[in-house]
Amino acid sequence: MCLAIPMRVVSVSGPVAQVEEDGVRRDIRADLIDGVAVGDYVIVHAGIAIERLDPEEAEETRRLFAEMLRGSPEGTARP
Amino acid sequence: MTEDRVLLSHGDGGQMMADLIARVFVSRLGTGSPPGDDAARFAGAGRLAFTTDAFVVDPIFFPGGDIGKLAICGTVNDLATAGARPIAISASFILEEGLPVSDLERIADSMAEAAGDARVQVVTGDTKVVPRGRADRVYITTAGVGEVPPGVSVSGAGARPGDVVLVSGPVGDHGLSVLSRREGLEFESGIESDCAPLGGMVQALLAAVPGAVHVLRDPTRGGVAGALNEIARQSGVEIEIVESAVPVRPAVAAACEMLGLDPLYAANEGKMLVIAAAEQAECALSALRAHPRAAEAALIGRVAAGRGRVLLETALGTHRILDRHVGEQMPRIC
Amino acid sequence: MEALRELRDPELVRRLAAALRTMKAPSATLMEVCGTHTVAIARYGLREALPAGVRLISGPGCPVCVTPQEDIDRFLALGDLHGVTLTTFGDMVRVPGSTRTMERARAEGADVRVVYSPMDAVAAAGRAPDDGEVVFFGIGFETTAPAVALAILEARRLGLRNFSVLCAHKLIPPAMLALLDSELRVDGFICPGHVSAIIGSEAYRPVAQRGRPCVVSGFEPADILRAVQLLLRQLAEGRCEVESEYARAVRPRGNPRAQELLARVFTVTDTRWRGLGEIPQSGLRLSDEFVEFDATRRFGVDVPPAKEPAGCRCGDVLRGLIDPLECPLFAGPCTPSAPVGACMVSSEGACQAHYRYRARGAG
Repeated sequence: MCLAIPMRVVSVSGPVAQVEEDGVRRDIRADLIDGVAVGDYVIVHAGIAIERLDPEEAEETRRLFAEMLRGSPEGTARP
Repeated sequence: MTEDRVLLSHGDGGQMMADLIARVFVSRLGTGSPPGDDAARFAGAGRLAFTTDAFVVDPIFFPGGDIGKLAICGTVNDLATAGARPIAISASFILEEGLPVSDLERIADSMAEAAGDARVQVVTGDTKVVPRGRADRVYITTAGVGEVPPGVSVSGAGARPGDVVLVSGPVGDHGLSVLSRREGLEFESGIESDCAPLGGMVQALLAAVPGAVHVLRDPTRGGVAGALNEIARQSGVEIEIVESAVPVRPAVAAACEMLGLDPLYAANEGKMLVIAAAEQAECALSALRAHPRAAEAALIGRVAAGRGRVLLETALGTHRILDRHVGEQMPRIC
Repeated sequence: MEALRELRDPELVRRLAAALRTMKAPSATLMEVCGTHTVAIARYGLREALPAGVRLISGPGCPVCVTPQEDIDRFLALGDLHGVTLTTFGDMVRVPGSTRTMERARAEGADVRVVYSPMDAVAAAGRAPDDGEVVFFGIGFETTAPAVALAILEARRLGLRNFSVLCAHKLIPPAMLALLDSELRVDGFICPGHVSAIIGSEAYRPVAQRGRPCVVSGFEPADILRAVQLLLRQLAEGRCEVESEYARAVRPRGNPRAQELLARVFTVTDTRWRGLGEIPQSGLRLSDEFVEFDATRRFGVDVPPAKEPAGCRCGDVLRGLIDPLECPLFAGPCTPSAPVGACMVSSEGACQAHYRYRARGAG
């Protein structure tokens, strides 16, 4: 029940944001994202943004998995 | 007064029909052969291939094509799967009362262009008009006749263990382009239907690797998965596909992810699956890639001994069975 | 997001699988409660990556599977009314109610339209405000309910009198707690990433307090295997906590705006889950402020109680008591093209996922 993908916000007009991913664009409702801005990545489900992707946490995840690929011991998870 | 909409009277079999046919079809597709006859006649030698198709696509105009272009290309491509060069096509139209004549003209223009591209003639046709609401704007039914060159023997039952599976380019374009215009689902994408006639591509391939091509199939409705399942059953073999080897345009992949669809089940109207002898795999692939319509051709799998099923090696190297889809593939939330 | 495609990297998945195999974890039964996890696990063949002794089962996370037949019957009955357009997510179209599916109803003359977003249903109503009623089938969990809530607010803002919702939304944490009251043996939960984006990872604290570790997981293969790794580690270390490997999308308290919206438009209510029975305070109905948008109130359709098909064990599958393969009907009479129960109809149902994505050895 969770089919949702991260998409990048390319324009904002009131509660409506246009998001884009690999050339696919759609207008969605971004009412649930405080201060949504162009350049944000949001998780899009059934035509609405349910959350903003946190770039620092995303980077942390990327780092964690990159370390795993290099064969180093992995870090701990966040509560 | 020139009517701008199709009326029931245009189906009258009399003057109004003749005028519509002349204005829309004859001016673009020719008079038939011999002109004005109900049945076309043409010379054919050797083995003939014969196919029929109906086209009901909605919407009738979509990015990259329309129902007319689809009708010509679909018919030509069916003939191509038998290795046949197209000779002649018939086209019959069921028109809904109220259809703008300009739409019909646009469709006929597309058909003329596609027929020219495919080097085939539309030699005969028919037109009927039904009351508003009895048809969805326009339906087109075609039949096509082609000639199979000597020495060519291609059939869905021809796959042999050890053969390679090739696809002539990225998959899912047509299905997603049509979906992007469906009411309730609209999205922008730049995805265009891949609708194209593949007769020339097939003839070039057959000439480049004589005897090596065992199966040709265009993965239309049901997608690559559907077509491969048909072939596996017809030939009594097992086909294994490598998911990461199947080319998919990024926009198609993104649209599929957004809607919960799988590109392996999406329709294609300008692609060919080729199953060929392994020893000629590289030559076949080069021959395809040398043709403008198959520049992104790829090797996607192999045929093995087995019992009529298709296996998929996932991007992670795990394996699962790739069945035909059940029911129409629809956007999901889950 | 290109950067996050790494989470599908086969090499990364191999490393994670290898790491899992070296763990000194006891044998464990882990449950996921999200249809999208069910599909991802089956589609990527992730069970092949699990160490022996770790069993991954599917719980009641498939919204289609847990929607009671009566709700489908009610929705179809609305479609039989003159001038009503039914709008729905694609997931529901082939699900049988007591006697027919939406697809069948459409063939018999009902106006059924698939939409990607409930906002599209409001747009349809707005295009013909005096013409006919548009009813939307509100299924799904906490991820989806906010979208439906926004649609209702929009309909109110536009002053539409011809839009309503058949509200069948359900809540995941109460269902997880209810499962713990049953005979189910589950050692830990993989928690649904996008439900969690709305409700927050803290929402699972009551489950952890009942002795089951919880890890919130994203949907890429690496996310899921990482979640399994964290669960096994908790079990090996005797910890019982809520952790998250999806912090990029899930905050501990979730999305406050979404929660406020849900609290405004909906009221929590007792509700029946197909296969699980009645679970207190586990569903949503429209709040008093928005009750005019409740389709069952507006149209007053009544349907007889539904019966489960004979021999169907969807309830036991949904509760994680049996594996789909253990159902006597599985792949025998019950297949995706001739389904008996909801778990086989739904593309994210455990039974269909097992069937469609079955491994090489089977079939």
